[in-house]
Amino acid sequence: MNAADTVTITTPSDREVVVARTFDAPRALVFDAYTQPELLMRWYGAPGRSLVVCEIDLRVGGAYRFLWRGAGKKDVGMHGVHREVVRPERIVRTETWEDWDAGEVVATIVLAERAGATTLTSTGLYPSREVRDAVMKAGFESGTRETFARLAAILSNMHASKGAA
Amino acid sequence: MAISDRLDTTFAALADPTRRAILARLASGEASVLELAEPFEMTQPAISKHLKVLERAGLISRGRDAQRRPCRLEARPLAEANGWLETYRQLWETNFRRLDTVLHELKASSGKRRQAKKRRTR
Repeated sequence: MNAADTVTITTPSDREVVVARTFDAPRALVFDAYTQPELLMRWYGAPGRSLVVCEIDLRVGGAYRFLWRGAGKKDVGMHGVHREVVRPERIVRTETWEDWDAGEVVATIVLAERAGATTLTSTGLYPSREVRDAVMKAGFESGTRETFARLAAILSNMHASKGAA
Repeated sequence: MAISDRLDTTFAALADPTRRAILARLASGEASVLELAEPFEMTQPAISKHLKVLERAGLISRGRDAQRRPCRLEARPLAEANGWLETYRQLWETNFRRLDTVLHELKASSGKRRQAKKRRTR
């Protein structure tokens, strides 16, 4: 894995989560892949679920709705309204999770292009820290064992590089 | 203890670099206080102090062997601390890898379109 395809996740404040990643493509293409339903449905999944409904009215005040479905799992829906649409650099939209009275999330997606590569920064502003943590924890239980195996590997690498230094 | 309280205790224990290094050492197998003190060039009481913090956080357990009392890494709190952030990151990593494929195809087809346009205008 090279540095370009590393996802970074930061929590600059109690109510925010920032997901960032660089793609080897001009931002017009990243913008399309983020806003055209037929493209979104090919990549935007959730743990054990695929995006099966994707309706987007891409203009300020325009609504959108996503629905994820997985075998033996409850459907997960999310909808919202676009607050800003600046092709190909910026989208601000609200996100409301259906069947979950968590309040509205405001997502800001910024695309910055440099030398043909695009850095995507997606900031989620949650109504509270509790809601933010709950969203991030969703699906956590399933991965616990694998996660520990990875963590042990990371820790021992840390240890090895410390010893080498 | 609620998961969020446990996470606070875990993160507090993980905040110290020596304690993280101790955990890294224990990730490769159990060790006695003596064995732990050696590579860190610390006194046994200093190491014991760190071990107490780690033990209270449930990150390690101590064996019954009265002489050695070997320290062992405990999986659960570490997995919890790392788990929910890591799982969230994994979700995006998986999605973005798929997005890479989509972008790769878009790039290829827009390149072809550009070439076709060039041919037409020639």
